[in-house]
Amino acid sequence: MKALMFGWEFPPHILGGLGTASYGLTKGMHKCGDMDITFVIPKPWGDEEKGFANIIGANNTPVVWRDVDWNTVENQIGNTMNPQTYYDLRNNIYADFNYIHTNNLGCIEFSGRYADNILEEINNYSIVAGVIARTVPCDVIHSHDWLTYPAGIHAKQITGKPLVIHVHATDFDRSRGNVNPDVFRIEKDGMNYADHIITVSNLTRQTVIEKYGISPDKVTTVHNAVEPMSEEIMAIEMPRNPKEKVVTFLGRITMQKGPEYFVEVAAQVLRKTNNVRFVMAGSGDMMNKMIRLAAERDIADKFQFTGFLRGKQVYEMLKSSDVYMMPSVSEPFGISPLEAMQVGVPSIISKQSGCAEILNNVVKTDYWDVDAMADAVYSIITYPAMYTHMKEEGIREVNEIKWEYAGQKVIDIYRKVMKW
Amino acid sequence: MRTICFYFQIHQPFRLKRYRFFDIGNDHYYYDDFNNEEIIRRIAERSYLPANRALLEMIEDSGNKFKVAFSISGVALEQLEMYVPEFIDSMRDLAKTGCVEFLSETYAHSLASLADPEEFINQVKAHDDKIELLFGQRPKVFRNTELIYSDDIAAMVASMGFKGIITEGAKHILGWKSPNYLYTPATAPKVKLLLKNYKLSDDITFRFSNYEWNEYPLTADKFMGWIGSLPESEEVVNLFMTYDTLGELQSAETGIFGFMKALPRFAADKGITFSTPSEVISKLKPVDVISVNDPISWADEERDTSAWLGNILQKEAYEKLYSVAERVRLCSDTRLKQDWNYLQASDHFYYMCTKHFADGAVHSHYSPYDSAYEAFTNYMNVLSDFIVRVEEQFPDSIENEELNALITTIRNQAAEIEVLKKELASAKANAGEAEEEKPVKKAPAKKATKKAAPKAEAKEEAPVEEKPAKKAPAKKATKKASK
Repeated sequence: MKALMFGWEFPPHILGGLGTASYGLTKGMHKCGDMDITFVIPKPWGDEEKGFANIIGANNTPVVWRDVDWNTVENQIGNTMNPQTYYDLRNNIYADFNYIHTNNLGCIEFSGRYADNILEEINNYSIVAGVIARTVPCDVIHSHDWLTYPAGIHAKQITGKPLVIHVHATDFDRSRGNVNPDVFRIEKDGMNYADHIITVSNLTRQTVIEKYGISPDKVTTVHNAVEPMSEEIMAIEMPRNPKEKVVTFLGRITMQKGPEYFVEVAAQVLRKTNNVRFVMAGSGDMMNKMIRLAAERDIADKFQFTGFLRGKQVYEMLKSSDVYMMPSVSEPFGISPLEAMQVGVPSIISKQSGCAEILNNVVKTDYWDVDAMADAVYSIITYPAMYTHMKEEGIREVNEIKWEYAGQKVIDIYRKVMKW
Repeated sequence: MRTICFYFQIHQPFRLKRYRFFDIGNDHYYYDDFNNEEIIRRIAERSYLPANRALLEMIEDSGNKFKVAFSISGVALEQLEMYVPEFIDSMRDLAKTGCVEFLSETYAHSLASLADPEEFINQVKAHDDKIELLFGQRPKVFRNTELIYSDDIAAMVASMGFKGIITEGAKHILGWKSPNYLYTPATAPKVKLLLKNYKLSDDITFRFSNYEWNEYPLTADKFMGWIGSLPESEEVVNLFMTYDTLGELQSAETGIFGFMKALPRFAADKGITFSTPSEVISKLKPVDVISVNDPISWADEERDTSAWLGNILQKEAYEKLYSVAERVRLCSDTRLKQDWNYLQASDHFYYMCTKHFADGAVHSHYSPYDSAYEAFTNYMNVLSDFIVRVEEQFPDSIENEELNALITTIRNQAAEIEVLKKELASAKANAGEAEEEKPVKKAPAKKATKKAAPKAEAKEEAPVEEKPAKKAPAKKATKKASK
């Protein structure tokens, strides 16, 4: 079965959870066997993991015919793509795009980020998708998140193959209700054209059905999974202060993640016990507000901010924690509690997180229920059995959440839309 | 001759309210009164009361041929007295027919049989006292919480003078043997064991209204046919179930009451009788010895104690709870004792079970909590407060060993007094015959105090109260001895 996937991010150059999820899913589907996946991203860097998918860069796909020899192509894009693919793609240029700025190979430049000209990039991406869809044979088209929906629709119109879109988040999650009309239009368009919609949680599924008015039988939930930890990360040892427990918040400090509830929980717990420290790791537009709030609650001596953590630092932070908290107000899935569980940190998550639907060995509360969260924190740091049980059972549980299973579900959906 | 032994269990725990860690040390009331009242009233209205009416009708219609046994936990009785007093009356009416036997169990529906023999014995006594008080019958047959049973428990029960024990006919214990006979425990040859026929019991409890069951619908005719067609020599069929099977697990609409009411008629057709456990024990002889090393119960597929003590959360809570058992027994505070009982209910541990994560239905059906972790957190917060209160009564500074020593001195005092008295008598005899008059006068006084002491002991298991009563004569005795 040949699948043509459109994505925006791909590890190691990722900006959020989308890249991790697309990567994991593709790899998982590959493991299920008999899958031939072409994965299109705006801008490959050349150090992406290959072998389970054929990666095509949108910025390496010509949309304007240029007469270039093999060596030039090889020199310029050889590290990410086979030059022959370039020529194959060049044969399928379908219209005159000279009005767009292109480079010497006739390719459009992409930033591959979430820049201010994002709508323009999305449009260019779908132009490129037209070329790719004419070149690469496929049985099914799969678009990851709203940025790639127009590309998916375009490819569907050209090939007549069924389109599956994968909703990793909706604008309702990102904006807490203040939806951007342009984004909404693109999302809604994609959902209307799609033959089937995959959501990362039932929570998101409900949003798609209720807010976008999509028929429920067209929407299926496939929960995300998590890649096994690399040995390098597992080997990290962090010094621990046995007299002091550490409770951690890790993520962007924005409205969506509910950081203020974390501060309130800290204030409550610190009123009763003293042998605990709260850490807010990450950065975001609400950080200064949180620093003020912590001072206002008079807990600043026990409440630390680390600033933005990158790469290994994230796992070092997790490994020195006793409790991980994610009081997100709205989280389509939320992969970080799974990572915390992998390194054996008991997690408290909000019921408004998609991952709450599949996790058992975590404490789940409403994000606004500061009392319940404080109870849970107190319980984990006070009763050793609670800590040990959550730690051990958590590791066991999360090890069973594998991308292969998610991949198999996606393949089943392909079969359904292709009527195989 | 074949006979059916019906036994129903009634138990409802005192569910805990949401108890926050801020409340530790401040709030000493732990129970969710609203929920407890709501649940017991609902179950009583849907199940206990109509079932009592049905059983009474069955007994009367069959001319007292239908027999049944009940085991009602002390904590359930307390709730019923409080919230559904009409149930106690209707139970008394049933008891008056003489066709109803009440069984013995632990007052708190606790796991004390596994943890603390002394606590266990106290609770059984407390329960039997309560039953006798309410229904005028002293239980003769014992059934443990959730049918938990092992050789050790059998020995303890036998030492309390019970003639029979009811437990699960667990497959891994019986092997090829049939539960439809009487057995005897390896550790107590005089006691007889009644084993639950779980296949036929579960046919009623769980499968009665299951459309997917290939025997659906189950009729009284068919059911009695199965019992009738058992091998000739199998004499007793033990159908043990929780009482809310009638009306709650199998709602009235499923026709469960009609099914029950039809049973005696079809039983009579096939020459099958009904008996209470005591009757079975007095009529039949055990066929074999059964030995059970690891405790069994009637819960879950495993039929062991893992539903309550399966994971480390449960074990931690259980150990913490019974770690203060000795101290609580020293206390005389009634409220503390009451909480002690309520906190021991096995249900609290059942809510912490994580086995049921896979099929959440069984778990959440009974649990007031969303998850095992929530159950554990809440219970531990309550228990922490309880322990604080116990420590207030007996300061932490006194080591357990010291306390133990104290307890043993108190317990041994009677014997000590005896010894001292003898010494005194011999000393006086040696001192000379001239002073004979004095000891004669003092003897009756001592006898009086001696008599008073054991009485106090029987009424209240509160050694604290005995302290002044016993210490005083002891001191006198030593003084006299030194003279």
